[in-house]
Amino acid sequence: MKTVSPTEVVVSQPSAPIVSYGVRLRQFARECWSDRLSYLFLAPFLLCFICFIIVPVIIAILLSLTSFNGFDFPRFIGVSNFIYMFTQDVVFMKYTIPNTLKFAIVVGPGGYIFSFIFAWLIHQLPKSIRDYFSLALYAPSMVAGVALTMVWTATFSGDSIGYLNQILLSLGIIESPQLWLQDPKYLMTIMIIVTMWTSMGVGFLAMLGGLQTVNTELYEAGRIDGIKNNLQEVYYITIPSMKPQMLFSAVMAIVGAIKAGSISSGLTGMTITPQYAGHVINNHIYDYAFLRYEWGYASALSVVLLLLSYTIMKLCYKVFGTKEDE
Amino acid sequence: MLLSFRKQITFSRISLVVFLTGIGIFMLLPIIFLFNNAFKPLNELFLFPPRIFVQHPTMYNFEQLFLHTSAGVVPFTRYLFNSVFIALITTFSVLIVSTMAGYVLSKHRFHFKAFIMGAILIALMFTPETVAIPRYLIVSGLGLKNSYLAHILPFLASPVAVFLMKQFIDQIPTPLIEAAKLDGATDMYIFIRIIIPLTSPAVATAAIITFQTVYMDVEGSTLYMTKETMKTLAYYVEAMTLNIPGVAQISIASSIGLLMFLPNLIIFLLFQRKMIQTMLHSGVK
Repeated sequence: MKTVSPTEVVVSQPSAPIVSYGVRLRQFARECWSDRLSYLFLAPFLLCFICFIIVPVIIAILLSLTSFNGFDFPRFIGVSNFIYMFTQDVVFMKYTIPNTLKFAIVVGPGGYIFSFIFAWLIHQLPKSIRDYFSLALYAPSMVAGVALTMVWTATFSGDSIGYLNQILLSLGIIESPQLWLQDPKYLMTIMIIVTMWTSMGVGFLAMLGGLQTVNTELYEAGRIDGIKNNLQEVYYITIPSMKPQMLFSAVMAIVGAIKAGSISSGLTGMTITPQYAGHVINNHIYDYAFLRYEWGYASALSVVLLLLSYTIMKLCYKVFGTKEDE
Repeated sequence: MLLSFRKQITFSRISLVVFLTGIGIFMLLPIIFLFNNAFKPLNELFLFPPRIFVQHPTMYNFEQLFLHTSAGVVPFTRYLFNSVFIALITTFSVLIVSTMAGYVLSKHRFHFKAFIMGAILIALMFTPETVAIPRYLIVSGLGLKNSYLAHILPFLASPVAVFLMKQFIDQIPTPLIEAAKLDGATDMYIFIRIIIPLTSPAVATAAIITFQTVYMDVEGSTLYMTKETMKTLAYYVEAMTLNIPGVAQISIASSIGLLMFLPNLIIFLLFQRKMIQTMLHSGVK
């Protein structure tokens, strides 16, 4: 008996679409094979990208639907984690969300606007001295992280040896040393100031680069068209001309704001800050993941964070995205 | 704008320079502090009223650092070696991997290219902190715990580096590469002899960014390493500062703070100009 290979069957089928599918599939495979070098070049990055970014995100989404303590096999519980998050998690509703919003709204757009203002001001200077100023502004973001906590703990130290206490005491503004980092009243403000300090990072450099790409003839043309002051110039010429860089630094600002969230534990030396004063979503995730080992719920929290940052990024694309005809 | 500035070179420009100098000094305060503290003798560290500038600089803190920690279970030099070794290997690998990926994404045509580019653009906003648990599961699943690979491999997935590379390679004229192909150059030859020399600014930039991230990273040490000998300097500093500081610890901490900062500064100063040059092409279109 004659055996029929699957491909022959496909080819011998009279109906046209299936034939074209088979042919197309083979052509597709051939094209993939002829592009093998491209894939080979891409492979090391792509493998790590899948392993450490795509798969973790998928696992996080799956785990968010389970109850998982890290030892037993995850138990599927549907969306209960999310329901619990928004209905029963008192700390989340009362402290985490307001703190996160407050922190993110000030630090994200705030750092972004400051980056732009300073990049623009530096760009007005003659080329020979620009580098020194950009170095000075960029430097704090190089110290960010562990080394910086040392500086800040000394500055805001609660005894009279702390620099801030000392200055305010000698100026007579306060009468006794303040516990800056332990007092819930001040912690959030200090966190925001410290983060703003370090927010002139890659995004700031991207803006400096972007300002150099603006076609200077446009400024001349703008003046003929009746642009009166610098503010109009920035709004009508500079920003539209460097939209791509603005978008890149906006994305970097989002990343910076998310990363900076865990600064409270660096400042106070405590994972959970006094009265949840500096408790943002990062701390909440850390709390559930590594102190309570409720990994399912922690994953649900990280999914919310991922969704949130994705939405904000989409919003930035809407504002700064280049249209097809530009 | 430039013309208008030349006319009013007197007042507005000088006030701008003065203003920016003020801001610059304000921004540099923590760094000035870091440098001074590292060389302060013990009595000045606890001086009242506190002074920012050091009066009698000594190397006492650094001596303490070496003496104190060499007696410990894991000597300080081991952390330092781990940090430098990991940072150098990782930076080097990220550069190679990202340049290869950037070249292919920029100059080759193949299926899934648009899809992969889209994924990279979304992943620009990715922060490892958000998915620490799945990453931990993967690292331990692959059996990488307590190995240098666990420090290195997660960083190779660097969308920002690939993106910067791709944008930079985009502006290398395609006819140049086609001409080389006509002359019989293979892809490998083009990559090594044309692409790599022409992308040196982007390579420098990616090097700065990667080195900083890796050198400062504590996640690898806290999550994937259980052996003390595999942890990095950044972790050691954090462990040091998070514990309640005693007298000796403050002195050690201030010297180690400087050690954490210096490599970053040196690398940045070396490549600063190239960095701005790369950023000209950093736009997301």
